[in-house]
Amino acid sequence: MVSVTFEPSPGGAPAEAPQAPNSLKRTALQEARTPTSPSVTFPASAPLALDCGKQLGPFTVAYETAGTLNAAKSNAILVCHALTGDQYFAHENPVTKKGGWWELMIGPGKPIDTNRFYVICANILGGCLGSTGPASIDPETNEPYGLNFPVITIRDMVRAQVRLIDHLGIDQLFAVVGGSMGGMQVLEWAAHFGERVYCAIPIATAAWHSAQNIAFHEVGRQAVMADPEWAEGRYHLQQRVPRRGLAVARMAAHITYLSEAALHAKFGRNLQDRADRTFSFNADFQVESYLRHQGSTFVDRFDANSYLYITRAMDYFDLAGEFGGVLANAFRGTKTRFCVVSFTSDWLYPTHENRKIVQALNAVAANVSFVEVESDKGHDAFLLEEPVLFQTITGFINSAAARRGLAPARRAI
Amino acid sequence: MLARHDGQTPPQPRVDHRLIADLVTPGARVLDVGCGDGALLQLLGERSDIDGRGVEIERDRVNACVARGLSVIQGDADQDLDAYPDDAFDYAILSLTIQATRNPKKVLANLLRIGRHAIVSFPNFGHWKVRAKLLTTGRMPVTEHLPDTWYDTPNAHLCTIKDFADLCRVVDAKVERAVAFNTSGQQLGTWVRLPLTIHNLLGEKAVFLLSRRQPSRK
Repeated sequence: MVSVTFEPSPGGAPAEAPQAPNSLKRTALQEARTPTSPSVTFPASAPLALDCGKQLGPFTVAYETAGTLNAAKSNAILVCHALTGDQYFAHENPVTKKGGWWELMIGPGKPIDTNRFYVICANILGGCLGSTGPASIDPETNEPYGLNFPVITIRDMVRAQVRLIDHLGIDQLFAVVGGSMGGMQVLEWAAHFGERVYCAIPIATAAWHSAQNIAFHEVGRQAVMADPEWAEGRYHLQQRVPRRGLAVARMAAHITYLSEAALHAKFGRNLQDRADRTFSFNADFQVESYLRHQGSTFVDRFDANSYLYITRAMDYFDLAGEFGGVLANAFRGTKTRFCVVSFTSDWLYPTHENRKIVQALNAVAANVSFVEVESDKGHDAFLLEEPVLFQTITGFINSAAARRGLAPARRAI
Repeated sequence: MLARHDGQTPPQPRVDHRLIADLVTPGARVLDVGCGDGALLQLLGERSDIDGRGVEIERDRVNACVARGLSVIQGDADQDLDAYPDDAFDYAILSLTIQATRNPKKVLANLLRIGRHAIVSFPNFGHWKVRAKLLTTGRMPVTEHLPDTWYDTPNAHLCTIKDFADLCRVVDAKVERAVAFNTSGQQLGTWVRLPLTIHNLLGEKAVFLLSRRQPSRK
C-alpha cells in the first residue's frame, strides 16, 4: 500500500542527498523535491481524495520526529505547523540553517517534553519543504505542478497527516497541537478524527477565516501575481523567481503577526543608520528596513505558488460550514480534552475568535480549558518566550498524561 | 471573590468547600462557576474523583488553574453560561460568586438549567455584625469577610439569606438543603430546628443545595 521513498540513514543524513553536505545550505527548491527529512510517498494506487473533488496521487509527506515512541504507541504528539512553517520544529532547517521553529516549546524538559513524548511534525500538503505541493514535479507531465496543483483545504492537509500517522502505526495521538493555521488543523483533527485525538491544543487560531483574514491574504496573493517574474505560475520552468511579489506579500503579512505595541517598542520612529531623513524612498525608518529584510529572506526559503495555495486553503477554512453552519456540531460527542489559548494583543486571530471555539465546546459539554495570555507580542506570541503559555501547556499536558496513564518524564541523570 | 488567598494553599479547606464536598456525589460531573484558584475543584477531585470544569473571570487565576491541571476556562458567569446545554452537569456550583454577578437571577436560572443540582454559597449580608456596623456607623459595612469599600467592591448584589430564599422561589428552585455557618465556621442547627430569622442573624455564610422543581408539581 505504501512505498517509502527513503528513511534517514543511521547517520542521520538522507541516503538520496549526497550533493548536499550538511555544511552547505540546500536551496528551497531542492528541499521541495528531495527533502532532507524523512518522508513517505503514497503511491498513485492510494491517492488522496481532496475536497475539490480531485484525487492526488502519488503524494509525499515529509516529516520530522523527536523523542521515542513507546511500546503501546500511546505517547505520540502531532505538531501542526503554521502558514510558513515546516517540519523542522526542533531541528535545524536545511535551507536557513536556523534552529527549530518551536524549540522553546518542544525539546528535552520543555513543555512538550521529548524525554517523554514522541513528537511528529509533517510539512503540510501544498507546502514546499518536501511534502507534495505546487513546486513538486507532476509525474504526469514531468514538470512542476505550478497552477496545475489542485486547490487544497485545511482538511486535505489533515487527511495527508492521517495517512502519515497510519503509516507510523499510531492509532490514537496523545495530543495534536498547533498555532495559527496549525490550530485550524488541530480543530479539523478533533472534528473529523476525534477518536484518534486524546487531547487537542489549538493556539491563537479561529474556526474560520474572517473577511479581514481573507482580505490580507488577497493582498499577498495579488502582490505575487502582479510580479511579472511569477509568469502565471510557471516561473520554475523559466528559471525565474517572483522575488519582489513574494517579498511584498511577506512584508504585509508580517505586520499582521505583530502588534502596534510591539512594533512601537521595537522600532518607534527610529531611523536606520542615518542621522536624518533622506527625502527619498530609501528605507529611512528601521521598521522599513526590518520589513524589507523579512521579505527578502522569506523569498529564499519559500515557494511563491505554495504561498498562494496555502493562503487559499486558510481562506476556505470554515469549520462550522462543514457541519451545517453550527460549530458545536463539529464537536458533538467528543471525548477529546481541549486546551484553547489566545493572546491579548493578537488581532489576526483575536481572543473573541478563540472564545467562539470554547463556546462551541461548552455547548456540547466538552472538556475544555481556555487561557487568554496577556502579551504585547501579537499573533507571533505563540512562537516566542511566553512563560504563561508554557505553564499552561505544561499543566494541561501533565494532567492529561496522568489521566491517559502515561509515565512521568524520565529524569535526566 | 471574597476569599483572600495569599498565594498559598490554606492548610484546611474552606468550610463551605468542605460542606460542598460532602454534598457532591463521587464521580459526578461538576461545573464550578467562579472557581477562583481552583481550590474547590482540586478538593472535589481528590475527595470524590469528580469530572470537574471551572469558569473564572480573572485571567491570572485561570492560568494558575490550568497550570495545575484543572479544566478551567476564562469566562464570565453573566455571559458564558448561556452556551452550555441543559443538564450538562450533575452539579453547577457558584461558590461565593453570586453577589458579584451583574444579573444573579439569570445566573441562578442558568445554573439550575445546566446542572441537575445547583449549589450556591454566598456571604450573608443579614449577619448581625453587618447589621450592627450599618446601624452604628451609618456607613456601608466593611468586615473581615466583606473587606472592600462600597466603591471598589466587586460585590454588586449582596443579599441576605432571606433574600436568597426569595430568589429561589422566584426562579422556582427547590431548596433541598440549606446550611449557614457562623463566623467561626461552625454549622448552625438544621433548618427544622432553628427559624430562618436566626440563621439570617447568626449565619455569616450560607450554602444552598437546589434543584429544579418538576414542572408537573406546579
